[in-house]
Amino acid sequence: MAKSFISGTKGEKPRSDLRVKYTPSQKPLSISVKSTVETLFGKAIKQQAKYVCKDLQIKTGEIEIEDFGALPFVIVARLEAAIKQAHPDLQLESLPQMKDFCLYHSSRDRFRRSRLYLPGNQANLMLNAGIHKPDGIILDLEDSVSPSEKEDTRYIVRNALRSIDFYGAERMVRINQSELGLKDLEFIVPYNVHLILIPKVESAEEIKIIDERILEISKECDRKEPVFLMPIIESGRGILKALEIAEASSNIVALAIGLEDYTADLGVPRTAEGKESFFARSMIVNAARAAGVQAIDTVYSDVGNEIGLRESIREAKSLGFDGKGCIHPRQIKPMHEEFAPSIEEIEKAKKITLAFDEAEKKGLGVVSLGSKMIDPPVVKRALHTIDLAIASNLLNPDWKN
Amino acid sequence: MTKVKMIKNAVDRMVPTEINGVKQTSFKGVGKFKPNGKKAALPIRSCSDFPSDGNKIVKSLEDALKKCDLKNGMTISSHHHFRNGDLVMNQVFDIAAEKGVKGLRWFPSAAFPCHKLVIEHMKNGVVDWVEGSLNGPIGDYASHGNMNGTAILRSHGGRWQAVQDGEVHIDIAIIAAPTADAFGNATGDRGPSACGLLGFGLVDSIYADKVIVVTDNLVPFPCIPWQIQGQNVDYVVVLDKVGEPEKIISGTTKLTKSPDRLYIAELTAKFVQAAGIIKDGFSFQAGAGGTALAFAIFLKEMMKDAGVKARFIRGGSTKYLVDMLEEGLTDFILDGQTFDLEGVRSMRENHGHVNTSPFTSYNWHGKGNFASMLDTVVLGATEVDINFNANVVTHSDGKMLHGIGGWQNCLFSKCTILPIPAFRNRIPVIVDEVTTLVGPGELIDVIVTERGIAINPLRKDLIKATKDSGLPIRKIEEIKAEVDDLIGGPPAKPKLTDDVIGIVKWVDGTVIDSIYKIEN
Repeated sequence: MAKSFISGTKGEKPRSDLRVKYTPSQKPLSISVKSTVETLFGKAIKQQAKYVCKDLQIKTGEIEIEDFGALPFVIVARLEAAIKQAHPDLQLESLPQMKDFCLYHSSRDRFRRSRLYLPGNQANLMLNAGIHKPDGIILDLEDSVSPSEKEDTRYIVRNALRSIDFYGAERMVRINQSELGLKDLEFIVPYNVHLILIPKVESAEEIKIIDERILEISKECDRKEPVFLMPIIESGRGILKALEIAEASSNIVALAIGLEDYTADLGVPRTAEGKESFFARSMIVNAARAAGVQAIDTVYSDVGNEIGLRESIREAKSLGFDGKGCIHPRQIKPMHEEFAPSIEEIEKAKKITLAFDEAEKKGLGVVSLGSKMIDPPVVKRALHTIDLAIASNLLNPDWKN
Repeated sequence: MTKVKMIKNAVDRMVPTEINGVKQTSFKGVGKFKPNGKKAALPIRSCSDFPSDGNKIVKSLEDALKKCDLKNGMTISSHHHFRNGDLVMNQVFDIAAEKGVKGLRWFPSAAFPCHKLVIEHMKNGVVDWVEGSLNGPIGDYASHGNMNGTAILRSHGGRWQAVQDGEVHIDIAIIAAPTADAFGNATGDRGPSACGLLGFGLVDSIYADKVIVVTDNLVPFPCIPWQIQGQNVDYVVVLDKVGEPEKIISGTTKLTKSPDRLYIAELTAKFVQAAGIIKDGFSFQAGAGGTALAFAIFLKEMMKDAGVKARFIRGGSTKYLVDMLEEGLTDFILDGQTFDLEGVRSMRENHGHVNTSPFTSYNWHGKGNFASMLDTVVLGATEVDINFNANVVTHSDGKMLHGIGGWQNCLFSKCTILPIPAFRNRIPVIVDEVTTLVGPGELIDVIVTERGIAINPLRKDLIKATKDSGLPIRKIEEIKAEVDDLIGGPPAKPKLTDDVIGIVKWVDGTVIDSIYKIEN
């Protein structure tokens, strides 16, 4: 019996996804389509399958598609994934058009208060993610994707990076560990990923290997923009090496902590109070500050508990974190509200900023407020507070006038 | 399925000139059609023909139907306040079947999945066809052109109009009532099967030749309040149980958890605020759909922040509206149907929770109605075209979906808003041409999607009021183009046959569009 290769959702009530079954044979290519939107898109799906087969030069075998309202970029991804399972050495690709709205850039110091995790194989969650205005959107190739789906998911994430408007959010991908992660890079670096999250980092060496590979791929695809890095530290060893890791590459813009794995590594339960992780979180903040990068806290996993979420954000802010992870869009707004500076903070920052302007104008090397000298880090902090206040709609961008 | 002469109406839709043997008038435009003559009326009655002690109880439903002279070809009506928990109508048709009666027309205000037995009675000829809002299995059955007559879809107000125009003559009205007295006074707000109100049965009680009140909670005269008046009632039947009130809660009354829908609901509330609609003494209506409920909750927070109180809210009531009443955020709920048990309780307990009917709220032949007095209303839709014409009765693939409800009637509010996702599972909501035109674009003011808000160009006032609001206001064509790009181009059209399986009436009784059988 001929062996079949399947790429597809295993969900019971799948939406915006499909299953593709490819059975290689010597018979001329045949394509069949079943779809929940068959009347409206049945022909379009078949046509698309033909294009993919043409791109990949597949002329024989049987393709069976069972569709549940998937968008074109997912259909292409699943088809390519199923075909590549059968022909792992095939170098050809079937790439959906790179949309203009996928070409915007990020910057080193942009806000990273909220970053929304989305499983890389759940396209339906990606489509409207940008509408909720998180600072960053993470297409996850790692823990939220089961081992058997890792390879297929790369195609979906690659195509999503070419097809979906994230409306200005920073375009992030969390790659897998080690070899798998290095392979992941080929699917994202050429497609304007802004930032890569590297999981379970324990040494500067790991960062350097990834950074080098990114550089190679960037050269091959003529990518000019840097790829920012955010190592996630999730173990005792990683915590003790936090500074070394934070300084491992000039592309690192933030250092994050993952507490599920960290507490497991310590062999202690993760509590709401969080005493067991205080040291680690402080280490992250201190290492980040020392390296001049942002410190990002772990996710808050009780989606329904907004009060608990807000408490945990206030706590993170008080420890010195600049952002947290989100696992649901409803966590974004509380995050932006709680990370926003207080009225007192804004007022103080305004005074310092004006004093700074004054000193600049007069060509003075020292900023002073009344009789008090203001140190440069305090000035930098104040400027950051002003930016944050403007981003949080608490201050008119034109406030100086 | 009927092959009849088709003509083009005022919105360029082909509609039949005759349906089920009755001549039809094609849609002439909003407010253009005004029939002459007298309203329908029932024969003169004399109280001397009724028991002077006021006791109209008969021993069984069968007995009552016999006394009403149930026979072939009659029209039997019922209300849908029990929604999916009605226990009476299946019994009525079983009795008709036992008696060998054939060719009945059932004229419910809506049919639900609990009535699927009637499909068997359509197959065996007891029931000829169902004329009313068709949901679930009966809607499916009709969609496939299996019904022995053409489906006629009317709004809640249109049902009242059809009876008053004599378009539909009700021979026997069955009014299931949670509480009643022996005289026939009846109410829905109390009793073990309490469902809130009985407003959809009011027209039946006034215009039917014979009226049977069926209750499981008989109280001594007088039954107060009397939502249905005993003066209109011929017989009273007492059964063990008439309805399952826990099933009046429909799936549509759950608050949405979808972040995208919540976003749309919030955007809608922000639009209403920016348009200056939220002010002391204003009024609004929000239906039972998840997004509409979420809209009401966002609106409530804005009202609290601004210290604003509404004069009235039009229901379908839910616990969310009841909360607003009980927290003093509105003086009144003018309720057309209770969607959950909190609504039922509130109607019983709160002076400000008032029972209304399609007569007060929706009727085209009234001397005015409440729907047009509302400051804003939010409604759903399956499709909207770039001229703001909208569809609620069919899917984009041509399948019949469900009835119109009060949707058409509500379009007359001062600001009609449709909060809808820009696409559902690859199917776009904004299209070049709606599959079925149910609401003319001139009455639809605003579309709110997750990809932006589109204001009808006719509403220059709204455009001006929200110009500097910072809200994502865009041209409807722009939102359409963005979605079409995302979904890989507009969908193909369904293949429809020439067979008309249903017609859609406008609120004035004219035919606004036809529904066709899908090609197999």
